[in-house]
Amino acid sequence: MYAIVVGGGKVGYYLAKELIEGNHEVLVIEKDASKCERIAQELGDIVLKGDGCEAATMEIAGFGRADMVIAVTGDDEDNLVSCQVAKTKFDVPRMIARINNPKNESIFRKLGIDTVVSATGAILAQIEQELPEHPLMRLLTFRGGGLEIVEVKVPPTASVVGRRVREIMLPQQSLIVLLVDPGGTPRVPTSDTLVMAEDEILAVTRTENEDALRRAFTAPARHEGAPVGDPGYGPTEPGPYDPASS
Amino acid sequence: MKVVIMGCGRVGAMLASMLDHEGHEVTVLDTRPDAFRRLSADFSGKRQVGNGIDQDTLAKIGVGDADAFIAVTQGDNRNVMATQIAKHLFGVPRALCRIYDPIREEIYRGLGLETISPTIVGAQLLKDRLEGKATAGAAESKS
Repeated sequence: MYAIVVGGGKVGYYLAKELIEGNHEVLVIEKDASKCERIAQELGDIVLKGDGCEAATMEIAGFGRADMVIAVTGDDEDNLVSCQVAKTKFDVPRMIARINNPKNESIFRKLGIDTVVSATGAILAQIEQELPEHPLMRLLTFRGGGLEIVEVKVPPTASVVGRRVREIMLPQQSLIVLLVDPGGTPRVPTSDTLVMAEDEILAVTRTENEDALRRAFTAPARHEGAPVGDPGYGPTEPGPYDPASS
Repeated sequence: MKVVIMGCGRVGAMLASMLDHEGHEVTVLDTRPDAFRRLSADFSGKRQVGNGIDQDTLAKIGVGDADAFIAVTQGDNRNVMATQIAKHLFGVPRALCRIYDPIREEIYRGLGLETISPTIVGAQLLKDRLEGKATAGAAESKS
């Protein structure tokens, strides 16, 4: 496979290295002469100095026979234009663009970029996962279907701790796929499986039900002294996963 | 007409002042506040500091209600991206975009943007002047 990487910064450099190790033909396009030199020294003669949005440079780089263009500069607008020109002028079959502003994901998709990678988004998701207030992480979104696979960590204070899967009221079109205990052992749940504190729940849900699902697994048990009407966990909360004081 | 102009350089500032004098509702957007010094002294439109390729910025300055969006920053790619956001995300009826690079200009014209390449226009005007031909644009600035 011939892959052209636009942008020879850190991401471009390590990406090129990986691709070479995978026995692919790789070319990196980079504007900055010193970055070009460093890549050439470490990875060999696989770098072209120039502007990856400029048709003349793209011609020399052989965009016409590229199987894939991966635009990973630090500027979203440059990545967008590289991919759009690659697609429109050179008929490159596959494009991947890095975005820095996570909000650009939808517009990139709308403008026909096949795959959009949001480094910032991934880092944010990872960090949010570590924060107790955001115990839900989106693992995979199925474009078009409105479904996603999410991971929720059950806090020790949650009302679902010690309950069986069948007792937990999930939002519509949601399904628990896997429970992973703190030791890392996964269990495929049956309706009798007990949910324990610190379990990681992998579930399929609809995008709009993500919040309800998160609440289902994280809302604290009220008889534990949490004040009634606590913002977010109050009586307006849907679903009978309320502790029935059993 | 409600017009948003992205980029308050020489062209952006002059265009903004011209439209403002004709009574249009003009908003000028630039990342640097000192760029607004180029606007005419009596400019009565809005000056907004912000980045036009940021959807939140465009939403905040009300691009969704604009009749036209014109991108005239120094960066072709920035202009192209902002214009596409205005057109495809906010549904602005007229989205105009300056692209210096003639090849990129052709590509984005093909993709439905209203584009102008000052490189092509400028070169043609100079050539016509050299050959003694009067063109519509050049006639006005005859000295």
